Parts: sequence; C-alpha cells; structure tokens
Amino acid sequence: MMRFIIEKRTTKSKYSVFIVPLVSFAISLLLGAIVLAASKANPFAAYKAMFEGSFGNIRRIQYTLREAMPLLMCGLAVGIAFKLKFWNIGAEGQYVSGAIGFTWVVQFWTFLPPVLLLPVGLLMGIIAGGLWAGVPGTLKAQWGVDETLTTLMLNYVAIGYAEYLYIDHWKAPFGNMGTPKFPDAAILPSVWGRVHAGVFFALALVVILWFILYKTRWGFELNMIGKNPKAARYQGVSIKKNIIMAMLFSGAIAGLAGAIHTSAVAQKLTTGVNGNYGFTGIIIAWMGGLNPFGSIIVAIVMAALSTGAGQLQIALKLPEAMGAVLQGLVLLPLLAGSLFNEYHLRVIKKGAE
Amino acid sequence: MDFITKLLAATIAMGTSLTYATLGEIYTEKTGILNLGMEGTMLMGALTAFATAYNTGSLFLGLAGAIVIGAIFSAIHAFLSITMRANQVVSGLSITMFGTGLANFLGQRLGPQTNNFNLVGMNLQSKFNNIAIPGLHKIPVIGAFFDVSLLTYALYLIIPFAWFYMYKTKYGLAIRSVGEAPRTASAMGLNVARIRYLYTIIGGMFAGLGGACLSLSFTPSWNDNMTGGKGWIVIALVIFATWNPGKAVLGTLVFGGITSLQFSLQAAGFRMVIPSQFLGFSPYLITFLTLSILTIANQKRKSLFSAPSALGTSFAIDEK
Repeated sequence: MMRFIIEKRTTKSKYSVFIVPLVSFAISLLLGAIVLAASKANPFAAYKAMFEGSFGNIRRIQYTLREAMPLLMCGLAVGIAFKLKFWNIGAEGQYVSGAIGFTWVVQFWTFLPPVLLLPVGLLMGIIAGGLWAGVPGTLKAQWGVDETLTTLMLNYVAIGYAEYLYIDHWKAPFGNMGTPKFPDAAILPSVWGRVHAGVFFALALVVILWFILYKTRWGFELNMIGKNPKAARYQGVSIKKNIIMAMLFSGAIAGLAGAIHTSAVAQKLTTGVNGNYGFTGIIIAWMGGLNPFGSIIVAIVMAALSTGAGQLQIALKLPEAMGAVLQGLVLLPLLAGSLFNEYHLRVIKKGAE
Repeated sequence: MDFITKLLAATIAMGTSLTYATLGEIYTEKTGILNLGMEGTMLMGALTAFATAYNTGSLFLGLAGAIVIGAIFSAIHAFLSITMRANQVVSGLSITMFGTGLANFLGQRLGPQTNNFNLVGMNLQSKFNNIAIPGLHKIPVIGAFFDVSLLTYALYLIIPFAWFYMYKTKYGLAIRSVGEAPRTASAMGLNVARIRYLYTIIGGMFAGLGGACLSLSFTPSWNDNMTGGKGWIVIALVIFATWNPGKAVLGTLVFGGITSLQFSLQAAGFRMVIPSQFLGFSPYLITFLTLSILTIANQKRKSLFSAPSALGTSFAIDEK
C-alpha cells in the first residue's frame, strides 16, 4: 500500500517556477485537443488557426497586443493589492469608473484647451478608479468589512451606472446608444498600427511596479504585511495606512487602463465598456506569480487565446465561445499546478512511516 | 390588488431560480468555501437541463442532468481549492469563465441538425407549468404563492428544511464549526476537507437546479448567457440573507420584486422616475451597504452578523 501526502517544500525549487507552467500548459493543450476532437474538429488545424489568428501576421500581432494592454494593466492593478492579501476583485468596476471619469472630462470640460484634454482626462480616469477602490479599502482598513464581497458588488454598480450614462444621460442625439465620439485631441495616438500609445504606460507601469515592490521600503512593507501581518505590526508598520494606499494605487492603475482603452479603442463611452478585463486581470496577476514581468507573458497568452478564437470561427466554423472554453482549460490545470510551487508530493509506503 | 398579486407572481417565478442557487451558495460558504463559479455553474445547469429535456423529451431527466453537471463543476472548484489549495477567488472566476464558454459552445452543438446543431430558438414540448391549488389560489395577494410551478412548491419544503438542518442538527453544527474555526473543528475530530467537499458539491447541485429553473420553467428556451449575471446576484443575496438559509427567500423576494416592478412599470408605459439601470444595480448597492453597515455595527454587538470567519481561507492540518 502506498499513500500520497502533500508536503510543504522546505526550500523553494528553482525549476518548479518554469516546469509547473509548462507541464500545466501541455495538459491544457491535451484537454483542449480532446474537446476539439469531440466536436469533430482536427485539434492540429484548430491550434494552427488559433496561432494564425493571434500571431499570424503583423496586423494580428498588433491586435493581440492591443488586447493584452488592458489585461496587463488590470493584472498589475490587482497584483499590488494581492501582495498584502487584499482581495481586490473590483478591478472591473475601477476600470469602468476610469472610463467614466475620462469621458466626463473630454466630453464636458469644454473650457479646457484641446492640448490638455488628454492629460486631464487620463488624470481623471486615475482619480475615479482610485476613489472607487479607496471606498472598499477604507471600509476594510477601518472596520474590517470583507473586501472580496464589497469590491465585487461595486463592480456592478459602476457597470450599471456606465450603462445609464451611455444609454440615457450622455447618449448622443443620433443612434440608439453611446456618447458622441470623443474629440480628436482626446484620442490616444497610434504608435504601431493598431498598437496605441497606451503601450508606453503599460510598460512603464511594469517597471515602476517592479521597482516599488522589490526595491523600495514601501514594497518591502507590503510584502511583509502579506506574509506576516503580526511581524509587520511589531515592526511598527501601519497596516491600515498600507491597505488604503495600496487600494488607491490599485484602483488608479485600473482606472487608467479604462481611460486609455476607452480613449484609444472605443473612442466613446458605449456598450462593451466592461470588457471583462478586470476579471481576467485577477487571473493574470495570480498566474504571473504576482510578478509584474510575469504578468506580461500571461496577459499576452490570454489575449492571444481570445483573438485566436475569432479565427477558429472563420477557418473551422467553430463557435467563437470555443475561445472561452480553451481559456478555461488553460487556467484550471495551471491553478492545480500552482500547488507544486510551494508543496511537493511525497509517496509513503505503509508501515515505513 | 390585482396588480400586486400579479407582481408577486412574477417575483416568485423569477425568484425561484435565485433561491435555489442562493441556498446552495449559503451551504458552501458556511463551510468556509467561497464559490465564485456560480454564474458558470448555473449557466451549465440551464444548458444541460434544456439540452437533455429537448433531446429526451423528459423534464425530470433535464433536472437530473442539471444537478449532475452542477455537482461536477463544483467538484472541480472543491478539488482546486481544497485538495490543491488554489486561491478560491481565482478558481471560482476560472470556473465561471470556463462554464459560460462551454455552455455557450455546447448550445451551438447539441441542437437538431435541421437548425445547424443550434439550440437557440428551439422549443420544449412541455415545461414546468404553474399548478393552481383550488380555492387557495383565489385569495388576493397570498394566492400568488399557490399558483406556481412544481419547482417552486418544492422550495416551500426545502427552505424550512435547509434552515432546520443548518441550525438544529449536528450536521449543521459541523458545517458551522468548519466555517468558523476549522482548526478547532479538526481537533474535535471533524474531517474538515470532507465536509467542505460535500457541501461545495451540494451547493453546486443547487446552482445547477437554479439554472434548470430558468431553462425549463421561467423562460423555457436556450439563449447564450441566459443567466445574465444571476450567478453574481446570488453572491449578493447570500450576504443579504446574512448566511441564514431561512432568510434566503427574503432577499430573493426584495430583489426579484425590484426587477419585476421594473418590467411591469415599463410594460404599463410609465415614464420611469428612476432610470431602469439604477434599479438594475440596486441589488448590488443595497448589498454593499448592508454588508458595510452590518460589519460596522457588529463591532459593537456580536450577534448581528454571521459571516463565516474562515470564508475564503484554505486549511490544512499540517500547517501553522
């Protein structure tokens, strides 16, 4: 008789960081192949179509990168809150708040000279996102109100309010929904085909966050609170202040993501403003090991899975929902595999213990 | 009077699905497991129920299918979050993503060949119709409770039982101890992992049933994303019910009522004073406020509020 037990690793394995995701990904491909074969599609042809759909030519690559940007930024946003074990699952709402704040400035602050529209609009997106996250952050820090549930609820308030704005209150006189198109001065320019200037913000944030988290005293404090809040308190670190600060920061990044994407891609506030980027961002932060650079890779993979799904529909007549199925199949084995970063399996022969 | 009776009837019809799923999630959360996979699980339940009923002609097989698929999906969540100690939030979200995708995909695969294998636009030969209880259903207002489908009548038994089981039996005590203080529960000889598995899976079965209520009774059809966020309202309703299965129905009536009122006023051609989107997000706003106020008030008086202390945390005996 043999028994398996799961044991905490005493030393962190150097290789597991790379091997676990690779093995998980291989399992995902296999599971995906089974689903594809079951729906009478050739798995090789399907994966080829998906790859072509996401990286097949320059235009496709640009499109995938454009999708990856808000995902990456939302991943970075929630990642910083996750560092101190604060479960901000409200990036979706903070993203939408950012989009609303941006729209408000560029549509209604007509007294601004055009050159200021974009910077002030983005700033308002940052503020709106920050405030939307600051409320649950303060509630948690001051009174211990459960943040997972409050941030989740606030998502739907923001989404519903945005819907009210673009269907009713801010609706353009023509058409049945959406605000008028933003003035040209409020649209982030393209830097490489479909890739817009938001890419600079996204990459700068990766570097800034990495620097903050690993090179500054604040990052050290956040890490300490996440790993051992008691020790942090003995060291005189204010947990309350850090929770609020981290949430403001987290919401600000998500809000900026919403402002940027609305400015450069939708170019008006309209249906689809909540592109699920905030929710997917949670997955990205987690899968990227809460490391800003790791998030880049995961964000591109997730974006490629959704842009590639379109090609599945065109080339193989498969429903586009197949993309979400495959995304799920990538995530579930990875989640299961994440155990092996901190634990390992030990086989025990009965009686030998 | 007639208007109120009709409104109540619409509320009950809409609330049935929510109540099943809310009861399920309450049991899951009471053991300390947060299952954010509700939306995906409900949608898979709705799809399975409809596809089974459509292809076999049996409503009850449809229900059974929804229960089985609900169990499978929540078992994945249980496996990931209990055995593999994955983060519960991430695991739940992944299951919602996977479940919604798979349901929408299968909806375009399990239909008849004549409709290009699509289930959208297909009709069932029968559905769970309302059964009026002679005499009782004529009482004004209250009568609405006695002209409902079999799925709703079942709830009249399930809700009191769910309350009794949670608060008056040793099994309920075990659930609550595991959710409040897993370490103590384990020291007392309870198998924390097994209890969490069991009620996460039962919770998923109820979510599957909740989905089936939609596709077999409320709107007997299949449409992409037909749950339309009901799985998230369920998370809100659990809080609103303060994790008490007996109160699950209250929140359902309030929020189902808000939605029904919105529809009937629009149908009656009223110019809404409150925009419909405000009514749409009001359940979430009310839940947010309820949760915040209750938590703050609870700091002074302990008994008001009963969020399971260990909600969302993993537990393993070998860890400190």
